[in-house]
Amino acid sequence: MKEIVLAKYGEIVLKGLNKRSFEDMLTKNIKRRLKSLGRFELFFAQSTTYITPLDDDIELSEVVDRVGKIFGIAALCRACVCEKDFSDITEKSIDYLKDVLSSVETFKVNAKRADKAFPMKSPEICAELGGILLEKFPNLKVDVKNPQITVTVEIRDTNAYIHAENIKGAGGLPVGSSGKAMLLLSGGIDSPVAGYMMAKRGVNITAIHYVSPPYTSDRALLKVEQLCEKLTDYCGGIAFYCVPFTEIQEAIKDNCPEEYFTIIMRRLMMEIAQRIAEKDNCLALITGESVGQVASQTMAAISCTDAVCRIPVFRPLIGMDKTEIIEIARKIDTFETSVLPYEDCCTVFTPRHPKVRPSLEDVEKAQGKFDFEPLIQKAVENTEMKTFSYTK
Amino acid sequence: MSVYLDNAATTKPCAEAVKAILETVTENFGNPSSLHRAGLNAQLAVDKARKIIADSIGADNGEIYFTSGATESNNLALRGIVSAYGKRKKKIIISSVEHASVEETASALEKQGFEVVRVSPRDDGQFYADDFAGVCDNDTCIISMMFVNNETGHILPVGETFKKVKRRFPEIITHCDCVQGYMKIPIRVNNLCADMMSLSGHKVHAVKGVGVLYIKKGVRLIPIITGGHQEKGVRSGTESVPLIVSFGSAVEKYSPTVSERFEKVSSLKKYLLERLAEIDGVIVNSPENASPYIVNISACGKRSEIMLHFLEQKEIYVSSGSACSKGQKSGVLEQFGIKGKNADSAVRVSMTSETTEKELDAFADALREGIEKIRG
Repeated sequence: MKEIVLAKYGEIVLKGLNKRSFEDMLTKNIKRRLKSLGRFELFFAQSTTYITPLDDDIELSEVVDRVGKIFGIAALCRACVCEKDFSDITEKSIDYLKDVLSSVETFKVNAKRADKAFPMKSPEICAELGGILLEKFPNLKVDVKNPQITVTVEIRDTNAYIHAENIKGAGGLPVGSSGKAMLLLSGGIDSPVAGYMMAKRGVNITAIHYVSPPYTSDRALLKVEQLCEKLTDYCGGIAFYCVPFTEIQEAIKDNCPEEYFTIIMRRLMMEIAQRIAEKDNCLALITGESVGQVASQTMAAISCTDAVCRIPVFRPLIGMDKTEIIEIARKIDTFETSVLPYEDCCTVFTPRHPKVRPSLEDVEKAQGKFDFEPLIQKAVENTEMKTFSYTK
Repeated sequence: MSVYLDNAATTKPCAEAVKAILETVTENFGNPSSLHRAGLNAQLAVDKARKIIADSIGADNGEIYFTSGATESNNLALRGIVSAYGKRKKKIIISSVEHASVEETASALEKQGFEVVRVSPRDDGQFYADDFAGVCDNDTCIISMMFVNNETGHILPVGETFKKVKRRFPEIITHCDCVQGYMKIPIRVNNLCADMMSLSGHKVHAVKGVGVLYIKKGVRLIPIITGGHQEKGVRSGTESVPLIVSFGSAVEKYSPTVSERFEKVSSLKKYLLERLAEIDGVIVNSPENASPYIVNISACGKRSEIMLHFLEQKEIYVSSGSACSKGQKSGVLEQFGIKGKNADSAVRVSMTSETTEKELDAFADALREGIEKIRG
């Protein structure tokens, strides 16, 4: 019995004349994710990509797992390939779906007849096949309104397909279709989630991270690199910039009032990020901030940070609770890595009593006590870049 | 020249594994838990091995936990799960032919008040998924099945069983002792539908003292060893970096050729069976669809132990039953319908892809001679 995977488009179906470019992007992404599993044939019809494995030893559950993480796909399912012949369809339905059908109580049959040359009409297929399945599985009852399982028969140009279980896809838009943005990745729980959420909207993610040895360790950097690697499951390849930040942090400590440490540090981080973003053609910055979570994320503090930004800053987590963020972090498998207990640059020299409602004027005055420009330039110059590609 | 045909007991460590140990012991001796770079380097070496092993079974790095061997893995799986979930769920299901590390652990738990159901093969000597699925219920805590039987090479329908079980009772934890199948038959955790899986280093050309328990994300267990929270607290105790690295190197070497070697050993088995067919009174106990790596035979009523020592004089090493039980009469063979004289004269030949036809010839000739010479 030959099995394939059907991937159904999400939002792309709503696109107009440029729909094609989204589809191409999606195809490219699917191909890239499946490459290491073997050879596949892809074809499209009615907002669905038909993924047919060409090698015998391809594990379909792994295909489902990988395709389930590709943005742009709303739902997917495994389907059995049949001849376009009703007796073959019934025979294979019984065999292919026996496990599912014997474990539920209610079902319905749904038929899609794209090939109008097929002798039976859709309602006939539903009625006939439904009757046969009812006879074969005495535990079943038909429920057209709210069935536990919907058996779908699709009659296409070359083959017919049967499937029953829809798996939810990753949703969103194909990565790369919305341009590139730079994610400030600290190593905590929030920033990887923020990256994931923007990737879901089709944004290509570039990451930037700040290291302050000896205040931060090799392990802290390694942890962030692992997070990048995990994100590639969803985001595809990621360019990763690592900024040496020790001197700047020491300069803040030596020259600025303590209650402004964090806010000044964030402004300088933003400054460096956007300089590198501009060089790398990133159109925006992404942070994992959420209003009121910590002192530097109050509305007053955010507006002080924003004052140095010349490009948009996206904060997809802005209205989310920690528990909601953690839920996503667990889903995308970054949580366990994020909570590894290594000091990162954000927690170096944390003030005992940070200013919760700083005014821009005061912050600028505090920062103005020292000329950071040469240090910023030096940090940008000494930034190292490496790329993480989808490695599976 | 000695002929080693006892690879199900243990295998010869490959050059890569030995080299890895030497390098690690001399150059990368840090403690993975130390904060400094020497510690980090040791941790990276462990993580690299973890990734290699994870990839080899289609798992995630974070789902691989190193142990001292498969016996510990099996103990941890059973005891850890019943500690976590066994307060209300008192039933444990295993096959009747498990390795002692599962069987004895289950027996110990039985004494603590758990109900252990042992599913036997049918009269044809084969296991059926329905027989396992049929005894599962809401009271069942864990089902544990071996993938390949260590004495006969029987392949149990693990994937089919676990899929059936999970469909009806998604909360039952599924565990598979994959020691004799790993690196010999393609194994993916998804295919087997296994929540946990035990692997051993020294059965795949690494060294003794290292094993793995795969634990699917989301499955919670209570550790049996407590201490410094190594392996995310699941298995405390400083990681044996050299042994772990050697395990990784061996898997890295053998993982790409699982199917290829399976074919090769299949043809070796075919050759061996042809040679054995020429000898009167030899019965093959392993079924046709068994793992080709293990061939269990009975030699004409000659007691296994005597035959084993006879072959040993000619530097041919095989095993009677399972080596772990040191020649004790095996209850497993009886389960498969191999009884009386046939069980007493059972000899296990276990090969690797490096076994040669010449070695099999030497074995067949010596076996023939043994059958003629041994009295009784």
